[in-house]
Amino acid sequence: MSTGALYNDQPGGAEAAVEAGQETTPTSSGTGAAFGLFSSDFKKNEDLKEMLESNKESLKLEAMKRIVQLISKGKKSSDLFPAVVKNVASKNIELKKLVYVYLVRYAEEQQDLALLSISTFQRALKDPNQFIRASALRVLSSIRVPIIVPIMMLAIKEAASDLSPYVRKTSAHAIQKLYSLDADQKEHLIEVIEKLLKDKSTLVAGSVVMAFEEVCPDRIDLIHKNYRKLCNLLVDVEEWGQVVIINMLTRYARTQFTSPWKEDAVFDDNEKAFYDSDSEEKQGQKEAKPYIMDPDHRLLLRNTKPLLQSRNTAVVMAVAQLYWHLAPKHEVSIVTKSLVRLLRSHREVQYVVLENIATMSIQRKGMFEPYMKSFYVRSTDATHIKTLKLEILTNLANEANISTILREFQTYVKSQDKAFAAATIQAIGRCATNISEVTDTCLNGLVLLLSNRDETVVAESVVVIKKLLQTQPTQHSDIIKHMAKLFDNITVPMARASILWLMGEYCERVPKIAPDVLRKMAKSFTSEEDIVKLQTVNLAAKLYLTNSKQTKLLTQYILNLGKYDQNYDIRDRTRFIRQLIVPNEKSGTLNKYARRILLASKPAPVLESAFKDRDRFQLGTLSHSLNVKAAGYQELSDWPAVAPDPSVRNVEVIEPVREWAPSVGKAKQPKSDDKFYSDDEEKEEEGSGSGSEDSSSSSSGSSSSSEESGSESEEESSEESGKTSSDSGKSSSGSEASSSESEPEQKKKKRTKKATQRKSKQSAADSDSDENGSGPVGKTSSSSAESSSESDSEEDSDVDSPPPPSPPQKKTVAKTKPKVEVKTKKEVSLLDLDDFSPAPPSAPKSSVFSSSLLSDLEGLSLSNVSSAMQVTTPSFGPVKTYELLHHMTGKGFSAKYHFPRQPCLYQPSMVAVQVILTNSSDHSLEEIHIGDRSPASLNIHCFNTVERLEPGASVTVSMGIDFSDSTQAANFQLCTKEDQFSVSIQPAVGELLMPSTMTEPDFCNEQKKLMGMNETSASITMATANTSKQNISKQVLSVANVGVVSSGQNDLQRFAGRTVSSGALVLVTLELREASTALLTINTEKSVMASMLLRDLKQALSQS
Amino acid sequence: MIHSLFLVSNSGDIFLEKHWKSVISRSVCDYFFEAKEKAGDPENVAPVLQTPHHYLISIYRDKLFFVSVTQTEVPPLFVIEFLHRVADTFQDYFGECSESVIKDNTVTVYELLEEMLDNGFPLATESNVLKEMIRPPTILRSVVNTLTGGSNVGGTLPTGQLSNVPWRRVGVKYTNNEAYFDVIEEIDAILDKSGTTVFAEIQGVIEACVKLSGMPDLTLSFMNPRLLDDVSFHPCVRFKRWESERVLSFIPPDGNFRLLSYHVSSQNLVAIPVYVKQNISFLETGSCGRLDITIGPKQTMGKMVESLMVTIPMPKSVLNVNLIATQGTYTFDLSTKVLLWDIGKLNPQKLPNLRGSLSVQPGAPKPEENPSINIDLKIQQLAISGLKVSRLDMYGEKYKPFKGVKYVTKAGKFQVRT
Repeated sequence: MSTGALYNDQPGGAEAAVEAGQETTPTSSGTGAAFGLFSSDFKKNEDLKEMLESNKESLKLEAMKRIVQLISKGKKSSDLFPAVVKNVASKNIELKKLVYVYLVRYAEEQQDLALLSISTFQRALKDPNQFIRASALRVLSSIRVPIIVPIMMLAIKEAASDLSPYVRKTSAHAIQKLYSLDADQKEHLIEVIEKLLKDKSTLVAGSVVMAFEEVCPDRIDLIHKNYRKLCNLLVDVEEWGQVVIINMLTRYARTQFTSPWKEDAVFDDNEKAFYDSDSEEKQGQKEAKPYIMDPDHRLLLRNTKPLLQSRNTAVVMAVAQLYWHLAPKHEVSIVTKSLVRLLRSHREVQYVVLENIATMSIQRKGMFEPYMKSFYVRSTDATHIKTLKLEILTNLANEANISTILREFQTYVKSQDKAFAAATIQAIGRCATNISEVTDTCLNGLVLLLSNRDETVVAESVVVIKKLLQTQPTQHSDIIKHMAKLFDNITVPMARASILWLMGEYCERVPKIAPDVLRKMAKSFTSEEDIVKLQTVNLAAKLYLTNSKQTKLLTQYILNLGKYDQNYDIRDRTRFIRQLIVPNEKSGTLNKYARRILLASKPAPVLESAFKDRDRFQLGTLSHSLNVKAAGYQELSDWPAVAPDPSVRNVEVIEPVREWAPSVGKAKQPKSDDKFYSDDEEKEEEGSGSGSEDSSSSSSGSSSSSEESGSESEEESSEESGKTSSDSGKSSSGSEASSSESEPEQKKKKRTKKATQRKSKQSAADSDSDENGSGPVGKTSSSSAESSSESDSEEDSDVDSPPPPSPPQKKTVAKTKPKVEVKTKKEVSLLDLDDFSPAPPSAPKSSVFSSSLLSDLEGLSLSNVSSAMQVTTPSFGPVKTYELLHHMTGKGFSAKYHFPRQPCLYQPSMVAVQVILTNSSDHSLEEIHIGDRSPASLNIHCFNTVERLEPGASVTVSMGIDFSDSTQAANFQLCTKEDQFSVSIQPAVGELLMPSTMTEPDFCNEQKKLMGMNETSASITMATANTSKQNISKQVLSVANVGVVSSGQNDLQRFAGRTVSSGALVLVTLELREASTALLTINTEKSVMASMLLRDLKQALSQS
Repeated sequence: MIHSLFLVSNSGDIFLEKHWKSVISRSVCDYFFEAKEKAGDPENVAPVLQTPHHYLISIYRDKLFFVSVTQTEVPPLFVIEFLHRVADTFQDYFGECSESVIKDNTVTVYELLEEMLDNGFPLATESNVLKEMIRPPTILRSVVNTLTGGSNVGGTLPTGQLSNVPWRRVGVKYTNNEAYFDVIEEIDAILDKSGTTVFAEIQGVIEACVKLSGMPDLTLSFMNPRLLDDVSFHPCVRFKRWESERVLSFIPPDGNFRLLSYHVSSQNLVAIPVYVKQNISFLETGSCGRLDITIGPKQTMGKMVESLMVTIPMPKSVLNVNLIATQGTYTFDLSTKVLLWDIGKLNPQKLPNLRGSLSVQPGAPKPEENPSINIDLKIQQLAISGLKVSRLDMYGEKYKPFKGVKYVTKAGKFQVRT
């Protein structure tokens, strides 16, 4: 092969050349062409050597490319080492890289020669180009030659303090390489790891945690100081690093925090418990306190949540397992959606995710039940995916959905994939044992399957029926008879054996048939499978004991056959049975008990999920996937009974704040807090200025804002701890403090919600019209001020569920809130209130105020924005309040409710309901909570238990109810410590909607889709007062929570909404005709809702 | 973490191996071949396998197995996700990911693998970072390189590696600044015999092709963001903005990328674009069966259904088919027993029909279950969920970009049970 020809070769050609040279080379398949090996390989490599030693760069490069191709095919080229290593210092970067590839591959084999290259790397480590430094370190550390360990160690240490984070990242990787080469270096390496863990670059974080996991996973003490930093950096770390860090932090958290799953602490109580302990702490009582979540624990949960939206499936899974292992039980379900989303990904991803869901669904059915249909099997799924889906469906089965699942199973049983069909039958069996209501149905179904044409299906059915009958054998002699009839046609040994066992076990129920079966078996005994033979012997023995008259001879015959069987098991069994049942002088006492031994009632088998014991492994791990402890698996420790000292995580607080938060944001935050609370009255202008600035900085800060908020909370906590102690003396009683605290909490939530809503409205108004500018200042300022409050409470709204992020923070809010409220009422100065002196009545007052403020503001916004409302969506009708519990029936305890018309915080399918609880009795009420509900399946998000309600006080709580788009009343019990009152909330149909944004053409399109059956219309006569456009929309909005669709036509008004629960579109069109008549049209799939809505609207519009 | 990688062709030939730590003999793959043998269909090979000393985690893509070897505990999804990323990168570099293409570009592949992992831990997986280090091969460049001795390998650290926007390099310049967004929705559905929907959901993605100079900061907003039930983002999207305002705010990567994938699950919202009237029956005795399928438009929102294709995996006992199609052509693969009917455009006036007889292996029992019908279709200019992009704003740069949004609806896993 001439070099000239190669010169013009393109990669393809070069490969052809290699191929040609390789022709006779034996590869893995080669059998003995030793001659070929020597001749051609030798020759070819000579050729390459020549090329490498030439002066032309391009020739060298070509040679290296061919060598790399050899490496990639796993073919030997180590004899070229000397020629290749010379080029390590080449200027050509590609050539150099290829030499690196070669070096790393063969250095272990050619240790002495490899040393030749070391000096080059040492030089490169000092190169000004960070990329070259990094790659030199990469290669140097990949050369697995023990002699250079000290050099590597030195290089790593130096690189760990390099200015470039990229080089530092490489050094973190090098640590692991060195450790695997020489484990004795551990101590030194840990020092470097410790140093790198302090690194603040997101680039380094993932790699160094990886090194930590590999070198010293047990040294969690190294993590303490870096814990908060890692949590806060997490969002910005590259995705692979995120996975490693999340897994490490899961392990860490399990050793450092106490369990959030205390049996006695039900989740809705969580918050209450939290407050209790807060006040307890104040009084210096440390013992027997309920669970408080460590703020650091909360920080971790909060900062990992956004990662559920990652495109990287491994990250999503890592967060899911973190929530599973660390979050309070009621928060775990937020991962469900994301996990279900992963099911759309590649087959392999599906497989792993399904495995994990299977484990999760055993313990927490509720998590995945709403997504049951996502686990329906497609005929195109791979078999292992099908079986996993089946497993999950079986786990999810309960009384409510079993009929759906069984219908689905019926389809599967007919599948062409027989292994899958058999698995389905087992699944049916499991459903039948788990849910007693359907046992009979399942049994009948399985009996039908017995006449199936497919052998495996029949066999599987028999086996499952056997297990089922065993659980309740009393009334099933028919089935046993049926199976006896089928016996001749069934050939699968396992099935035959099962039938025989059944016969024997229940031989007294089928006294006529059993001996006959035995007779048949005696004939065919010799040709049966071993397992069938064993059962025949069993059957014979049992029949001998119960019906020896008919079967004595048969039994003896069978025992004789068994005695000379080829299988020792059968011989053994025969001998044993004979001794046991046939009385003779030697057998002694055992004989007397033969009946009790053989015919003892046997416990029914428990059909369990194959994933039952998988939860011993951390989810998402290789060990979990294989159900075997993999090498290097780190056990997830149990929660400690008492949390180790949390102060170990404290860092000098100020430092990280400086590091991460822009100074502006930090300085502003506390100030704007003050403004917000006071600007309601006086400082409107300034308040709006700083507030808006602040909110924009926090919202546009995106990734950095999360860091900010995290470090702020740290800072606040340290600040607050001082104040807390001083407050504690002044608070008059624990219970009082707790009640006044929990109340602002409720209010705060409301406020947050309102703020969000308000903000969105305002931004809509901003973008759509410039009327905003002419609008009253009050509106602008209040909304922007509120948006600043939103940024305060961001942590709360992040997490859908109530538990507070950190105790001290709550306290800030709790302390400041009453300030405002009371001030507005009484005009007391701020200073007076700082010490928490307000007497108990302040609590009820504030809440009354709050609700009136709410309605005031809503009224305000309605009148202010009414013109803008035609173009925007959200609707604010005046709030109608309904009676929930009259104080006469409630023995002084009364409750009212209204629909705040906001998206429900807890679940999107729920309607938000606010309940005002008032205590008009003369004694305080305790532990107000929601008790039993009916129908039982009713999905309610209860409010947190109100610990104590003083006489004359009232409190507003919010709850979410999933009405499933029906106006059927939600009945539940409102309980106090002493009493229970059955109450019901019946929603007006209009409250089951939420406004939907759409443009006119969209509206028309959607409307076209919902013609015919889906359209309901009526012509109505409107009250004269209602004919103006504003008034009409006002009336419509008061009835139904829909959005106004801006319209070009004057005589047409359109409103759009969706049903809350199912999201079905509801379109309302009002066409004005002459003389105050109008045609009202409603298009929706929910025809019942449509007619009810029509009636309501008609009523509203016809009366002024 | 990832110790070694073997690329294995469908026929069981190991054609590339790469080790990131010490060398592991390729005989470790024998365990994999054993499992493959047992599974029969390559799709059925379990992705995670255990051997006495190693663990094998594999993916199957484009008729290739990517078999990775690890020795210690590692989250399996981590490896699986990475392997798919590798396959994506090959796709991105070479236009396809097949045995021949990888063999042709072994050196580039090797260089890529070298950069993507260090000591088994992913180092650079962002396509634009990789492309700065190793330029994708083009014919022109390889000619130039052989003549000048230039190289495909960059000598400096890609800027993306260090910045906090690793997906974008600095100094991007285009003469025509354009940003295109394709909203692609796939309908996953299971319909039962009678045509009622057993299960339906919409999976959507927004694929973007952004060629903008400088560091543009884009904001994409929707008419109806509430539709989106569950979303996952490209790392560039600012999550907080989405949480608070439901807009997508991001500094885009350069070139093609997937901005967003989302999920619309509410069953009522899922319009099923076509209906299928089918009658497949096998006679109890005798060796034949009948097949009659008609497809018609159902909820197409006035749009044309295109690229309509019907795939029916027939039971193994079906020997051959004898059918007449009023539109399009059908093929029957005798070895896999898959009946494929390529219809093309759906004409609402004249519905396509396929009917005829099936010949069944004599003596074989009547198939237990009728085969299910898989449907593939495409509807241009329609996002079936009704999702609409309302506007795209650009900040941070002065020029006026050209913007475009395209909607396509496809059938995903659309199955009719019979």
